[in-house]
Amino acid sequence: MASKWSLGAKLKGMFGRATIDDETWDDLESTLLSADFGPDVADQVIAQMRDMVAKSGVTDSADVVRLLRELLEERLARFDTTLKLSERPAVILVVGVNGVGKTTTIGKLARFISSAGRSVVVGAADTFRAAAVDQLATWAERAGVEVVRPQSDGQDPASVAFQTVEFAKNNGTDIVIVDTAGRLQTKSGLMDELSKIRRVIEKQVPVSEVLLVLDATTGQNGLAQAEAFLEHAGVTGLVLTKLDGSAKGGFVLAVQERTGIPVKLVGTGEGLGDLSGFNPVSFAAQLVE
Amino acid sequence: MATFSDLSSRLTDSLKNLRGKGKLSPADVDGTVREIRRALLDADVSLDVVKDFTGRVRERALGDDVSKALNPAQQVVQIVNDELVTILGGEQRRLEFAKKPPTVIMLAGLQGAGKTTLAGKLAKYLAKDKHTPLLVACDLQRPNAVNQLQVVGEKAGVAVFAPEPGNGVGDPVKVAKQSIKYAQDKVYDVVIIDTAGRLGVDAELMKQASDIRKATDPDEVLFVIDAMIGQDAIATAKAFQEGVDFTGVVLSKLDGDARGGAALSVVSSTGRPILFASTGESLDEFEPFYPDRMASRILDLGDILTLIEQAQEAFDADEATKMAEKFKTDTFTLNDFLSQMQQLKKMGSLKNMMGMLPGAGKMKDQLDNFDEKEITRTEAIIQSMTPAERDNTKLLNGSRRLRIAKGSGMTVTDVNALVNRFEQAAKMMKTVAKGGVPQVPGMGQMAGLAHGKGRSAAPAKKKGSKSGNPAKRAAENAGLAVAASGSGGASGAGFGLGAGKPGGPTPEELDALQKFLGKG
Repeated sequence: MASKWSLGAKLKGMFGRATIDDETWDDLESTLLSADFGPDVADQVIAQMRDMVAKSGVTDSADVVRLLRELLEERLARFDTTLKLSERPAVILVVGVNGVGKTTTIGKLARFISSAGRSVVVGAADTFRAAAVDQLATWAERAGVEVVRPQSDGQDPASVAFQTVEFAKNNGTDIVIVDTAGRLQTKSGLMDELSKIRRVIEKQVPVSEVLLVLDATTGQNGLAQAEAFLEHAGVTGLVLTKLDGSAKGGFVLAVQERTGIPVKLVGTGEGLGDLSGFNPVSFAAQLVE
Repeated sequence: MATFSDLSSRLTDSLKNLRGKGKLSPADVDGTVREIRRALLDADVSLDVVKDFTGRVRERALGDDVSKALNPAQQVVQIVNDELVTILGGEQRRLEFAKKPPTVIMLAGLQGAGKTTLAGKLAKYLAKDKHTPLLVACDLQRPNAVNQLQVVGEKAGVAVFAPEPGNGVGDPVKVAKQSIKYAQDKVYDVVIIDTAGRLGVDAELMKQASDIRKATDPDEVLFVIDAMIGQDAIATAKAFQEGVDFTGVVLSKLDGDARGGAALSVVSSTGRPILFASTGESLDEFEPFYPDRMASRILDLGDILTLIEQAQEAFDADEATKMAEKFKTDTFTLNDFLSQMQQLKKMGSLKNMMGMLPGAGKMKDQLDNFDEKEITRTEAIIQSMTPAERDNTKLLNGSRRLRIAKGSGMTVTDVNALVNRFEQAAKMMKTVAKGGVPQVPGMGQMAGLAHGKGRSAAPAKKKGSKSGNPAKRAAENAGLAVAASGSGGASGAGFGLGAGKPGGPTPEELDALQKFLGKG
């Protein structure tokens, strides 16, 4: 069975020696690469670490682990992780490639928000994937929120989104969360469709958040996904899912820094409650533990 | 995101220093290996696999069986491609069917990998092949997974066995077991069991998968993995291998632009073959796995060949300019012919270059027939001539030809044949340089050559193929590389090769080439 590896344990092992030498830095590089930081970011982090270690003169493994955690924390924390939901209704558009956990995330988010006392309606604008509407409806039921379904099979997603916003306006619902079909960023027609969905929503109300859902197991392609979705849908926040697995999601550091989009939420399981706000301190800690 | 084209430029720089060296030193190899390592990591190949793989490449590169014709970087790159294709294609095989139906195929993998869609594709594919597949809904966990499979089954036109509603209701192991009996009773010859996505770290669910396996004794357990997965591929693959064990792999979402290094990681670490590639959301987007295409994709081979072509520089920009001038002014001599031959030889021998192209397997026969020794023999003849003789073949009377034959260990007939071929080539190149279309012996008119305006430009650096398909691009660039000796337009017309025809030289062209070299 796969186990969650521990960077800290590895580091402790390698830093257990009195000196920090080339092999040490190689080991550090290995551990960063294994966490999907990618070669570029790994290089940068190591350069920074060398600097910090030289300046502070540490030789103790515990100190080095701490330095690394602080470095990562600092870089991760440069962004604003709050969801901007002051509009009424506040519309959240959820996007991403296939299979990352959009619908599940919406279920959790709907529950999260309604537990905080706000009313929520979800829009089943994935009119393409087999039984996607039913899937979202099940989550809506579990979360105790309303769902707007398409009126006809294969209905235009933009019109379902529109109808969901309309419902919210007519019923004074606070928050709208729109589910969309998974799409690979290489499909230009589908990316255009996303732009259209956004435009159509904005005929009624500005879009408050566009959340791009990213699977923690993704490798370097995560960056390409973020850039493409940013361009076509104007992403305002990232959700990193499946962090309960063995993947670390280190690519998210590069995504934040290259696109300026903050990670706002993390998903840690298939249950309704498995969602939390992004906390750079605990994320850095889990990267390093 | 760093791409292989970054690697191309980095390698080109280091290659400038390496050009001309025939031997491989660790220093030569290490530079290129470092770059390859980075490219593989960018392509999401797992670190341990990268280390292992580059270690083997390094070993092989420093070993004896190295081509003396390629420069060090090219040799390393060629070895890398070879090794990749070997590993990826290593255990290639087809789907195993049971002797006594039903054949049971179980699908397993992480959440969101594409198992359910794959189940539909497999079913449709098998149905087309005159089988009677039955889809079995054993994901009783993910909301409406059973519904999803039912819709998929309907689209694929196959039956679905779904006695339990799912959404937390029902026991997947029981359903799996029941499905076998059901298939036997109703005479379905293939059972495809869709299971819930599960994490490698989830002991309970891994046990469930193992229980499903034990209950159904599948003929195939297919591990479905997303092509965009990163370093976690190896941990996850190993977990599934230990927890359930699988007999084959399916790589999904290959229609994205993830490089797919996971393919190498999984095959390398588990030894299981990749059987299929899933290339889209529609049920038809399903094909057998092609290792050479995957190798190209991971390494972005189109770029490699462009790189080699640039690096090869089988001739300087100057050389080409001079050459073009010569064609125009009719001063193309045997010396020039000789140097063209030597370029061809230096170009890593057509064979090795061609061997690197995806799909080169089909050309293997032609390639094996292609004898580089012909070039050597031709060289020998020319080198036995005096400079004056090389400048002007009209000087070659009987006694001179006899001397030349003796000096090169050939016969006068051989010498005559060469001189004839040369004179034909010179004539042809002159025609092309002036903008005409030459008559190539054995090939008739060649379409598309009329643009030979004898441009004195160097083989244009930006002449690389623009095709989006890496394999096609590689082939086109190779064609251009081979063809690029000589005038700006007529590209290697002296050897009867088409001007960068897509797909590389055809068998006919290779034949013509051999004729020129006196073999055909």
